[in-house]
Formats: sequence, structure tokens, C-alpha cells
Amino acid sequence: MTGRSQDWRPAATRRVLEARAELYGSIRAFFAARSVLEVETPILSRHATVDRHIDSFATTDGRWLHTSPEFAMKRLLAAGSGPIWQIAKVFRVDEQGRHHNPEFSMLEWYRPGLDHHALMDEVAALLAHCGVASRCERTSYREAFVRHAGIDPWTDEAPRLRAALRERGIAEPQRLSSDELADRDFWLDLWMSLVVGPALGGDAPVFVHDYPASQAALARVRPGTPPVAERFELFWHGIELANGFHELTDAGEQRRRFEDDQAWRAALGRTVPPYDRPLVEALQSGMPDCAGVALGLDRLLMLTLGLTSIDQTLAFPADRA
Amino acid sequence: MATVSTNEMKAGTKVLIDGDPYSVIENEYRKPGKGQATNSLKIRNLKTGRVLERTLKSGDTLEVADVEDVEMQYLYNDGEFWTFMDPKSFEQIQAGAAPMADAAQWIKGEEICRITLWNGVPLYVAAPNSVELTITETDPGVRGDTATGGTKPAKLETGAVVKVPLFVNEGEKIKIDTRTGEYLNRVGK
Repeated sequence: MTGRSQDWRPAATRRVLEARAELYGSIRAFFAARSVLEVETPILSRHATVDRHIDSFATTDGRWLHTSPEFAMKRLLAAGSGPIWQIAKVFRVDEQGRHHNPEFSMLEWYRPGLDHHALMDEVAALLAHCGVASRCERTSYREAFVRHAGIDPWTDEAPRLRAALRERGIAEPQRLSSDELADRDFWLDLWMSLVVGPALGGDAPVFVHDYPASQAALARVRPGTPPVAERFELFWHGIELANGFHELTDAGEQRRRFEDDQAWRAALGRTVPPYDRPLVEALQSGMPDCAGVALGLDRLLMLTLGLTSIDQTLAFPADRA
Repeated sequence: MATVSTNEMKAGTKVLIDGDPYSVIENEYRKPGKGQATNSLKIRNLKTGRVLERTLKSGDTLEVADVEDVEMQYLYNDGEFWTFMDPKSFEQIQAGAAPMADAAQWIKGEEICRITLWNGVPLYVAAPNSVELTITETDPGVRGDTATGGTKPAKLETGAVVKVPLFVNEGEKIKIDTRTGEYLNRVGK
């Protein structure tokens, strides 16, 4: 009886709703002044992401809700759209918590001719334009790990990463498989989410760039020793706000990554959605060299307004939707 | 065995870990945008009261601990066990010294207590939030002093010793908050 009866009410206050409307207005003005075209792409698709750690909602007619507008926007780029942006509602299964809602608002944009560093400059310019943060800092993934975790993500192997976590008094997850125990990325993810990430961006928002090649996702990999993924993320007050790539444009490599992720999912008995073939075809026909980024607007509002949970930024979070 | 998944664990959910029953205090979901999601749980061991932290991979499950709170009436103590009765079914159960550690000093009989049962066995017994007990031993009262501070020890009929104001006398009945052990007031004759 108690509590339930108030569920029809919004979780966000009027002030927060106004702040969101103002923010969207500022974003629209920012891109209009830079001649970046606002676009819309489908939410409902015949294909879905096969990312190992992102699950899509399946619809009853055999289609999927998108988890980001990335694939469709890249098809526009390949068709010669030039620079484009949009604010999209995206959907991810089981992502619910203080900083997660299964449905959230993503600002995503693409810039032909820019690399990931030039795009970081533009993200910083957007945050300044919107009155969110006057300056941003920058650090490499390796520097962030060495500084905040005392481990070297390029050379330390899984057993060392695991032992170091235990030395910090951090309880590791139970019932790990032998594959997980031996998987460096599994341990690096744990370090990132439990130790390194929370320590980032205490003063100003900080860009973390140049990720392990094994965590490239859809970023291009820069050859070297070791090779690194030209990927960045933005952290502020320990919370991940954005993820960007100097985009992979090689169709063959893209197909291989999709197929590897599908095989990984199949081996674990997880859902294996059909990967986005039209994207691979678009890359084959030629996508311009570009950088792209996705930024979580609900979290940005949460931090800007000094709120403690993403629910407070949403008219109706998942439990009231 | 019933199980509960990480995304169903809320504050108050009872789970079984390494054979012990725990109550979830906090459940924090964390996920790097493109990485492994985890849930950091803060949990209380219902046998020892100790609070600890556990990390789970999101989607993992734990066994549900068969823990429930029931209200039962205290009947008597035979020196080893405290016997309680369900006022509706008249079913009786016995609690040993460990679950009685807090409650034993406050009850003399007939009180309705909240008993936390694990697989039907008492884990913890909570006395009523307040009880009324008679003072069996205390120094003589100070006449006229009903307002100013100052306390003295008083022994109650159950054997508990509490601090009472100076004006309270032997043979009087007083009300005690069992959660803090504090004197609340005299109970009218």
C-alpha cells in the first residue's frame, strides 16, 4: 500500500525537466553553428549489436531495439551525409542501477576527417558551450592504470591483475570460469569499474584514450608495440559519460570482429543476434575516415545538477515506466 | 532450491552464502559501457551480525535463505532453553542462549517477541521495543528531586541492571527501551 500509490508521479522535479530542455537546446545550437546535420535513424532494426557485454531487447516480430544509433549513422556517413548528430533513446537489457536505466538518452555524433584526439577537443568544446565544464583533462589508459591502480595494463598478466585486486582487499566475483580467470580483459574491466574509473575526473572531466587492442570495439587499432585501440572514454566524478572511436573503416576487419563476438556468445550459450550486415556492406562501399562519440545525457544531467541517481533525471525511470 | 538473481537482490533480500544466511543491505550495479557488469553487495551475516562485501558478476544467482520473522509469545525458561509459543497455532519452539543474547535480560513471560527463523530454527530473538519491569534493588530515593539529572543503578526483576533517575524507588515499575537499555518513565500504580 505505502509507496506504491505514488508510482504515477514523475521521479524528476520540474527543475530537472527544465534543465534537460535547456541542455537539449544548447546542444542543438552547438551543432547548428558548426553545420553538423541533425538526423534520425530507426530504433527498431532487423539486426543488433553482438558486443559481448551489451544485450538487446528482442521484439515479438523477430526484430531488435537498438542499443546505440551507431550502425545506421555509419551507413549515412558511407552514403555521403557529411557530419551528423542525433539524440536517441537507446535500450539495453538488465542495465539498471544507480547510474543505469534500461532505456536512456544518448547524444551521438560523427565527424569525417577528425581523429579521436580532435573529437575529444570537440566534446570539450560542447561541454563548455553547454556550461557544464570549462575545461577537460586527458590521460592515456595506461597512465590511468599505473597511477590509480599501480598495475601496467600492457604487461601484467591475468594472475597478477587478480592477485593485485585481492591485495587491495577487493572481493573478486564468485564462481569464475577458467576462461574468465585467464582473461586479461575480464580483470582489466574489474579494475576499471571498481578502482580506476571511480578515481577519475574528481576535478575536471577527464578523457581516457588509447585502449588495449583487445578492447577496440569498433575503433581502429594503431599498429605499434603494443598496438592500441584509438578509443576514448570520458569520466567525471568517477562516472563514465562518453565513449568515442577513431572509427574502424575496414569492412573485412569489421566482419571478423562481429563474427568473433558471435562465436564468443555462442560458446557461452548466450543470445547470438544477427550482426548488422548493411553496416559491413556500407564499409565495403567506403566510409570516410572519421571519429564518432556517444555521450549519456541522463548521467550528464545527473552530474551537472549534483543529483545522486539517474532516476532523479528521468520523468519515469524503469520502475515507474 | 529457490535462487535469486543479482538484479532481483534488494535491501532485505535473504541469501545463502557458504552455508550462512545473509541479509542484503546494499546492491550496487556497476558496468563499464563495453565491459563486464558486476554487482557489489553489502551483506549482513544473520548469525554473527558481521557486515561484509561481496562482488558478483551480474546475472549470477544465489540461493535464497529460508529466513522469516514471526511473532511469538515467550512462555518460560528452563535454564537452558527459552520456550515460545505461536499465539494462533499454539505451536512451540525453543531458542538457545545465542539467539537470546540481547532479549533474555528484558523478558519475564507472556511478552510477544519477534523471532527471526532460519529453516524454522531461531536465529535471533528481539524483545518488544519497550517493556515494563519492577525494580528489585536500588539505593533509596532522593526525596523531592524529580527534575535534575543524576542517575543510579537499579536491578530489575529479570536481573537486568539499568540506570534510573535518583527519585525512582525499589518496588516501583518502570518502562525501558530494550533497543538502547534506557529508562523511559515510571509506570503509574
